[in-house]
Amino acid sequence: MASSLILIPLIAVIIFNLPIMASHKRLPLLFGVVFSLWQAWLALFSAGSLWGNPVFPLPLLSGMHLQVTHLTLVMYLAIAIAAGSALVICWYTLEDGNKRFDVINLILLAIAGMNGVVSVTDLFTLYVFIEVVSIASFILIALHKDGDALEGSMKYILMSAIATLMMLSAIALFMMTTGSTAFGEIAHALRTQPDSLLRGTAVGLFLGGVFIKSGSVPFHGWLPDAYASAPAGVSVLLAGIVTKTTGIYTLIRLVTAVFGFSAHLQTLLLAIGALSIVVGALAALTQTDIKRMLAYSSISQMGYIVIGLGTGTTIGVAGAVFHLLNHAIFKTQLFANAAAVEEQTGTRNMDALGGLAEKMPVTGITSIIGFLSMAGVPPLSGFWSKLIIIIALWLSGYRWYALIAVAASVLTLAYMLSLQRRVFFGKLAAGFENLKEAELGIVLPAVILAAISIIAGIAFPFVLHRLILPIAAGW
Amino acid sequence: MIDNLSMLLKVYLTAIPLIVLIGVYCIVVTHNLIRVLIGVEILTKAVTLLLIIAGYVTNNTAFAQSLIITLIVVEAVVVATAAGVILNVFKNNNSLHVRNIKHLRG
Amino acid sequence: MTSVIDIILAVLTTLAALWAVMKGTLLRAAIALAATSVMVTIILFRLNAPLAAVFELSVCAGLITVIFMSTLSLTKPRTYEENMQHTKKRFSRYWLLPPIVGIAAIALAIFIKPFSLYFPFATSGTDVRSTLWNLRQADIIGQILILLVGVFGIIVLFKDKKKSGKEI
Repeated sequence: MASSLILIPLIAVIIFNLPIMASHKRLPLLFGVVFSLWQAWLALFSAGSLWGNPVFPLPLLSGMHLQVTHLTLVMYLAIAIAAGSALVICWYTLEDGNKRFDVINLILLAIAGMNGVVSVTDLFTLYVFIEVVSIASFILIALHKDGDALEGSMKYILMSAIATLMMLSAIALFMMTTGSTAFGEIAHALRTQPDSLLRGTAVGLFLGGVFIKSGSVPFHGWLPDAYASAPAGVSVLLAGIVTKTTGIYTLIRLVTAVFGFSAHLQTLLLAIGALSIVVGALAALTQTDIKRMLAYSSISQMGYIVIGLGTGTTIGVAGAVFHLLNHAIFKTQLFANAAAVEEQTGTRNMDALGGLAEKMPVTGITSIIGFLSMAGVPPLSGFWSKLIIIIALWLSGYRWYALIAVAASVLTLAYMLSLQRRVFFGKLAAGFENLKEAELGIVLPAVILAAISIIAGIAFPFVLHRLILPIAAGW
Repeated sequence: MIDNLSMLLKVYLTAIPLIVLIGVYCIVVTHNLIRVLIGVEILTKAVTLLLIIAGYVTNNTAFAQSLIITLIVVEAVVVATAAGVILNVFKNNNSLHVRNIKHLRG
Repeated sequence: MTSVIDIILAVLTTLAALWAVMKGTLLRAAIALAATSVMVTIILFRLNAPLAAVFELSVCAGLITVIFMSTLSLTKPRTYEENMQHTKKRFSRYWLLPPIVGIAAIALAIFIKPFSLYFPFATSGTDVRSTLWNLRQADIIGQILILLVGVFGIIVLFKDKKKSGKEI
């Protein structure tokens, strides 16, 4: 069943590009939205037994060795939410018909790649699917071919190439020492064999690659450039889900399923997490570009996830995964708001904006909900995940880190308030007297995502029991 | 047989870090975008060698070969994409200097 | 005897990589990169990986060199004077590399003792085709996805800006 989430988009893209389909330019968008809804429904309500069946009617493809864990289900949901919104926003922010068509196809391929990343059980296959998503992102960032876009894309290509080469060397070293690239066999060998220099190098190289991919401080240099210079709809996809899947999910999965927790690893995770939280939040305070500020806030929020993972406890990991899901919801929504602002005003410079809430009320209100959720204000869903992470830190004795996490929440509140004040509140900036609310296609995803933030916060017990506790019970 | 294998390991595990060193030096020092790409390619060669050595010493060359074939396909697509981006950088600036991708800061 | 061949191959590969980095003009650097690929191909043949060797030769030494050449031909070559000046500047940045590589080679040769690995490993089958089809199906799906992404990449990146749209 898991294989169909990879194969259906793949086959769909091939069909859309057949010559007989040339007149149906809207079909890929329609398919993408329906597919996202279906994937979200499967992730939320399917029975666990469903995923074991080789439902896809091809006996030929029974050897893909996919595995759907509870962590995977949460990621399926996050991918469906973020990528579905990105599809719609890309469609409505691009004018050129051909470009639209290419972009929708590339996002569909990226969805297939991300579904692959979260369900594979083999390091090398993981690398292949990470490359699918990354290459699609390079192309999407460079879409408009202006100076900034090409710069962001080139930086991402370079950092990503270095990261994947580090991962590949680690894979080769694992093969040399354990004879396999499968998660299970490597985990078994790591537990039973004595430690060696080659093995330590392999773990270190792989973690280094993943940290670069996830844009954690101090490997974050490429991330704001790539996010900010991408076309509006593409930064929704990148910030909402791409770097979370290729970086953070990979980190969580490998640490929990393959490497296992050790004192050194936990220290490293806690240090990088705390550094990312603080540096990201401080850098966000100084930005004037909306998208750059949101990009730095992404780095900061990633820090919460890494620090939650660093506790090494089930509750910490559950909180980290929950925050990953919440981040996909509110960051996708905030970037959708940024896309609406950029589309209507033509600028991302916050100093040139002001008082937009008057003219764009829906965008203004949803933006407030998104920022309250990110800052961790109850009862929105972002509050619960931060709470779980901080409790986990406190309970496992990392009280200083818990204090850093709480203090950085105040910083989050500060830079998001500054964003709200400079863009939406106050006096209307000169030149925007005739401003209108953005198109329905851009506003609607933001409204739905804001609603999800509220509902998931109020219906927290359901989310907890359905998605989060199963992860804590056994990863 | 074991002696041959360990000797082979020693020879290639000496050469591979050297190739990595050369590639990294190229990426760090150069001012030309195409040369950066050449550096990445050299690093990929080192990884290819590492994979086949790993397959050979664990008596698993068929497995290593299948990984290398996939790696080569991925490598070709990455190089084509990067070349496309570099060409567009050249079209915009009429130069391949690395400073063309160092405008964004902060 | 066998190890002598390995040493020669390893040294030649390293030298080819060094040549690719040190060479003054980009065209020659691309050719030197192809030479590195050829050396890797020979090593792959020697280590019982003929199919991977064929791929390395046709794709890396062939296709990728063609990509480099066409990129170079589409960008403006330097004039002779610029080139002479450039070569001088280059030298000041690159002369350090050969001594560094030499020292690193000696250090590594001393540091890495011949060692054998812990376990004798079971083989997973000797035929690469059956390994690829039976054990690595997910990789093949990934390859298909990557090739499709590459096709769209070429459509998007190589389409002429003037024709393709108003927005820049």
